[in-house]
Amino acid sequence: MKRILSALAAGTIFGAGIAISGMGNPAKVLNFFDPFGTWDPSLAFVMGGALLTAALGYRLLFGRRQTPLFDTKFHLPTARTIDAKLVGGSALFGIGWGIAGFCPGGAVPALGFAPWPTALFLIAMGGGILFARWLQALPRRQIA
Amino acid sequence: MTTTFTPYASLFGGVLIGLAAVILMAFNGRIAGMTAMLGGLLEPQHPDAPWRIAFLAGAIAAPFAATLLGAEFSFASPTTGAVLALGGVIVGVGVTYASGCTSGHGVCGIARLSPRSIVATATFMATTFATVTIIRHGFGG
Repeated sequence: MKRILSALAAGTIFGAGIAISGMGNPAKVLNFFDPFGTWDPSLAFVMGGALLTAALGYRLLFGRRQTPLFDTKFHLPTARTIDAKLVGGSALFGIGWGIAGFCPGGAVPALGFAPWPTALFLIAMGGGILFARWLQALPRRQIA
Repeated sequence: MTTTFTPYASLFGGVLIGLAAVILMAFNGRIAGMTAMLGGLLEPQHPDAPWRIAFLAGAIAAPFAATLLGAEFSFASPTTGAVLALGGVIVGVGVTYASGCTSGHGVCGIARLSPRSIVATATFMATTFATVTIIRHGFGG
């Protein structure tokens, strides 16, 4: 139960951060990637603020504690290989982000203040996630 | 469509996003990545599903509650519904293969100096830039 409450608190702060920063506004996000047009550099401040805070916080945390408060260990990703899945998936994600102006972390909180057309994006994204999971579950064949 | 440059609000919002990542790591020992959180909805039987769904609920509830209290967040989607849906499907496939998105790789992963996350973030920032440039200015730039 306490893990659910701490996740709820973290999610609440995350959602507030997305809404205040403008990451949940597709027009603003797309303008960051348009320096030759209607450029809006705000996104650099979002990423900068988030990265500095997380890097500093993680550093303090991992320096002081061997375990989190509500679990027996830090669950850090163990994958190390840089493969075609990682690069191809990321490349594809960027194409979709450039088309829609929404990334998953921007879209979920946007549902709270602009339900439409955010819901449409999220439903389509859920379809994409399920489709990719179905592809990944197919019997292994050599594709590339 | 122009948008207003908001350095202070964006920096403050970014700090909150980073703070959320630190809190989730400090209490639950978990990465605050939205791709993984959404997995909680798609696999409700998974042992991590309850706290992941709680994170999602909080993320939606915070701006919703703020609007009820009178806050306004600027929003505009410059595309049609069909294009938005197409982008959504592509994002969904991409983040599943990449095992992460802007929050998981771009914030939490880079903050840990994970080489995988640095490669992932550099890749998607580059293809997003290329996609927006081609859509808005054509292949000639």
